[in-house]
Amino acid sequence: MENSALGQVLPELVPIQFPDHIEVADCYQCGKCTAGCPVAMHMDVAPNQIVRLAQLGEWEKALRSRAIWDCVGCQTCSTRCPKEVDCAGVMDALREASLARGMAARGKLPVVAFQKIFLENIRRNGRLNELELIGQFKAEVVLNTGRIPFLFKDAGLAPQLGKRKKLHLIPGKARDRKVVKRIFERCSSERKP
Amino acid sequence: MNIGYYPGCALHGSSNDYEQSLRGCLSALDVQLDEMKDWICCGATAAHSLNHKLSLALPARNLAMAERDGFKELFAPCPLCSMQLLKAKKAVADERVRKELSEIVEADIRGESEVLNLIQLFEKVGVERIKSAVKTPLKSITAACYYGCLLTRPPDVVHFDDFEQPTSMESIVAALGAKTVEWNYKTECCGAGMTMSNEEVVLELAHKILSNAAEHGANCLVVACPMCHVNLDMKQAAVERRFEKKLGMVVYYLSDLVGLALGLSAEQLGINRHFVTQA
Repeated sequence: MENSALGQVLPELVPIQFPDHIEVADCYQCGKCTAGCPVAMHMDVAPNQIVRLAQLGEWEKALRSRAIWDCVGCQTCSTRCPKEVDCAGVMDALREASLARGMAARGKLPVVAFQKIFLENIRRNGRLNELELIGQFKAEVVLNTGRIPFLFKDAGLAPQLGKRKKLHLIPGKARDRKVVKRIFERCSSERKP
Repeated sequence: MNIGYYPGCALHGSSNDYEQSLRGCLSALDVQLDEMKDWICCGATAAHSLNHKLSLALPARNLAMAERDGFKELFAPCPLCSMQLLKAKKAVADERVRKELSEIVEADIRGESEVLNLIQLFEKVGVERIKSAVKTPLKSITAACYYGCLLTRPPDVVHFDDFEQPTSMESIVAALGAKTVEWNYKTECCGAGMTMSNEEVVLELAHKILSNAAEHGANCLVVACPMCHVNLDMKQAAVERRFEKKLGMVVYYLSDLVGLALGLSAEQLGINRHFVTQA
């Protein structure tokens, strides 16, 4: 079994349950989702093919695809689908399942790491701490890929942001951060698949 | 007019020029923003990508806190925040979900507050009223109005304008005495939250949007989203380097243009803090 970008590899693949409003069986493969997708040309598996994999229960291929992490979540596919299949919702559910099963495509590590670090930042602070997010994200990518120059990428932007008073060394935090932590706990344990 | 205000993380972070623009412009229209006290992050792309339940719970908590503070209207100037709030509001229409989410977020969610994006707020103030308050018609502006992805999508959640060919922003810009162009990338995505994690894609999408606006005769872009502004303004120099092309396209927040037309200065609105400024 391939190494995953983050987390453990869990071998069992139970069928993925989508939210109630998503009926992947309705898709008749017209390809309109892929035609309008702004990033389809970068995907290893096109959006309509992702929905097809879900129809067939080919979870392994879907969960290991890079495509689910290329998706920018713009909702164009879902909006244009003649059969009202929420393709963007399928992508969301597959990302969640891919991460939970440790199957996220290794090549997409930056995207996966960014989302994970973002959520952890919110869990702790209640509101986003941008500098902390950037620092942790860069550290994570460098540690996992050995791409040291990534650490200094866009470093030139920092003084420019500072000059424009866009950097906040002491950002505001939410007052009731304990509630936020409890909300996170309740949403991660005993979660319906 | 006082209005409930959910700033979201971006406006209290590196997009604080957007907040400055809003406060300046809206106070000139006699609209005061009452910031809700206990707001938390809506979870943004990360939550809906990784944890469905959390992506409903975080905005649901905000809805509950806004209702506790007595806000009948809640203005969320970031379209992602606004869409997340509306998604939670839609979800709690189901009594079973409402009960479950209320338990998770430790507060009773009624889901009754009206959630407004920036264009809807201007419409509430009244486009005619704005038009009659114009002091400096924006005759030199020919704008490409850019809606991006989440102002109009998903339509069954946001119920706003036409999701393929929206025109509400054009109506406001026209009321300011400016011209607008017809172009192709009004509702195409700029790559949104991928600015750092997948920069190559963001540069490519931003390049298409900026170039198409220029090809159709626009001398500036108008946005109503902090992330669109980051990708099109802050990253524009990187787009120019990547595609070896000079663009020099000024990117305004919609509130910048309204503010300028009402006689406010670029400094008052924070326009001088953008990356691309008028030559």
